Amino acid sequence: MRLPAACLLLALAAPAAAPASTPAVTPPARVVSMNLCTDQLAMLLAAPGQLVSVSWLAQDPRSSAMAAEAATYPANRGLAEEVFLRRPDLVLAGTFTARASVGMLRRLGVPVLELPPALSFADARAQIAEVGAALGREAAAAALLARFDAALAAVPPPPATRPTAAIVGESGFAAGPESLSGAVLEAAGFANLLGPMGYETAARLPLEALVMGRPDLLVLPEPWPGWSQAEEFLRHPALAATGAELVLPDRNWVCPTLALFDNLDALVAVRQTLAR
Amino acid sequence: MIPRPLLAALALLVGLLFLGSLLVGPAAVGPLDSLRALLLGGDGPLPLVMREVRLPRAILGLLVGASLGLGGAALQGYLRNPLAEPGLIGVGPSAALGAVVALQTGFALDFSLGLPAAALAGAGVAVALLLLLAGPRGSSMTLILAGIALSALAGALTSLVLNLSPNPFAATEIMFWLMGSLADRSFAHVWVAAPFVAAGAWAMLGLGRGLDALTLGEDAAASLGIALPRLRLRLVLGVAAAVGASTAVAGSVGFVGLVVPHLLRPLVGARPSALLPASALGGAAMVLAADIAVRLVLPGRGLQLGVLTALVGAPLFLHLIFRTRREFR
Repeated sequence: MRLPAACLLLALAAPAAAPASTPAVTPPARVVSMNLCTDQLAMLLAAPGQLVSVSWLAQDPRSSAMAAEAATYPANRGLAEEVFLRRPDLVLAGTFTARASVGMLRRLGVPVLELPPALSFADARAQIAEVGAALGREAAAAALLARFDAALAAVPPPPATRPTAAIVGESGFAAGPESLSGAVLEAAGFANLLGPMGYETAARLPLEALVMGRPDLLVLPEPWPGWSQAEEFLRHPALAATGAELVLPDRNWVCPTLALFDNLDALVAVRQTLAR
Repeated sequence: MIPRPLLAALALLVGLLFLGSLLVGPAAVGPLDSLRALLLGGDGPLPLVMREVRLPRAILGLLVGASLGLGGAALQGYLRNPLAEPGLIGVGPSAALGAVVALQTGFALDFSLGLPAAALAGAGVAVALLLLLAGPRGSSMTLILAGIALSALAGALTSLVLNLSPNPFAATEIMFWLMGSLADRSFAHVWVAAPFVAAGAWAMLGLGRGLDALTLGEDAAASLGIALPRLRLRLVLGVAAAVGASTAVAGSVGFVGLVVPHLLRPLVGARPSALLPASALGGAAMVLAADIAVRLVLPGRGLQLGVLTALVGAPLFLHLIFRTRREFR
């Protein structure tokens, strides 16, 4: 697993290094981010005063791993109007968020950098480098990447036979091997239950399929306030009788930040207690 | 007086569909292995699937269907109107509103009986209101108009409560509450619903003599010694308990209480006392069949029960309106 990642790394490092050697481009002075993940990357990488607004989701402690820091920035709700009025010279957005707003900002001549959801550690590293380059903060990105690589290198090696696990969300939506949380699960030494089933990024698993799959560990999301049928799925007695359960906050592994390693460490700790 | 061959045939049908419900599911396992795992247990996950996933689902199909069939037959017998159907005239949606309020406020989690009690209250208010509005003869026009208003109001308030919920998934579940589903239910839901369904069914099955007498008119029924206020109270409580508890665990499934009594009425000689038990069995058969169909037609797509029952029931409802219109002209 490590070798291909290293190759990718080299391939990625080349274009990321290119803008650094051409300082003719002045870095953006007013950056607005309107996506939970670009919010966090921008907060981690931007120079003081460079980032002028983050999305409201970044301030929500349930969704965001950096809610406390995000609270110090003015929030936006991803509307083209409010973003435009902040006179940004760079807008960071996700490929799935606020499509209409992004289109309008582009028509108004605002440069927009769109990032797709990161689906692997290689994606995560590439996005850190990409946002660093876009902000003219290559040094900060390199420092963050060094910490990222150090954390990845510190993960204990997987056992000879991997226990199986499934990351199951509300209504049975489960993360496949080609997802950021799936990558964390694999790095923690588990085999993803969805892998042999042929699913890639995600799938909605019927309750019966989950029970029949007999995972050693079920990774569940934190409960929400109020009540929902979707979460009732996760409390089904047949699921509770299937395997060990571990509740991990989703906010830690939706975005390519160091919070990934909080969930990774928790998974490794549980894996070491699972007798197999 | 009760047509035993018909009831036996219906019971056999329900038995077969119950078995079918146990054998249909995404985990493709042979029927013999499935039944062995269900009855004898054994190693592996299959007994868990059979006993904790499929068995409660089949039992709930039985309970929900019997409640709805019986509720429809009882309401139609009392109002002497074939259009009185618990889901259509707002009893189911009002029960769903009660359940949703109880779940979102946490009332349902504070008391073990909070959920069915709230659904019962919702259904009870709706039945009482409808009887009050439609009057003793249950004129079609008032009944249907009052029912439409009540359904719309209960549906809108259910949506509002779910939209106001702090839970991001709640608002996406409006369809479950207004259409109904038995997917992924557990024995916890069976224990919540079963006592109320049993009590409601007992109350409604006991209405037979009174409803038979009522076919002759209120005065004749009173002269036969039927106490109408007591009959009415028993009807309201019976329908509210059975339909309320069913809706609390499976959402509001429409048209079962319309289709089943309509199909069975000619077979029992239009006598309400015979129609009641036949409709209970017929309702169970219809819901079990619909629940098998949602798993076979579009597996894994979360098709709601009420979609299928409406596809069958709505054309019939229009046909009935057309016929009643001609009768009243």
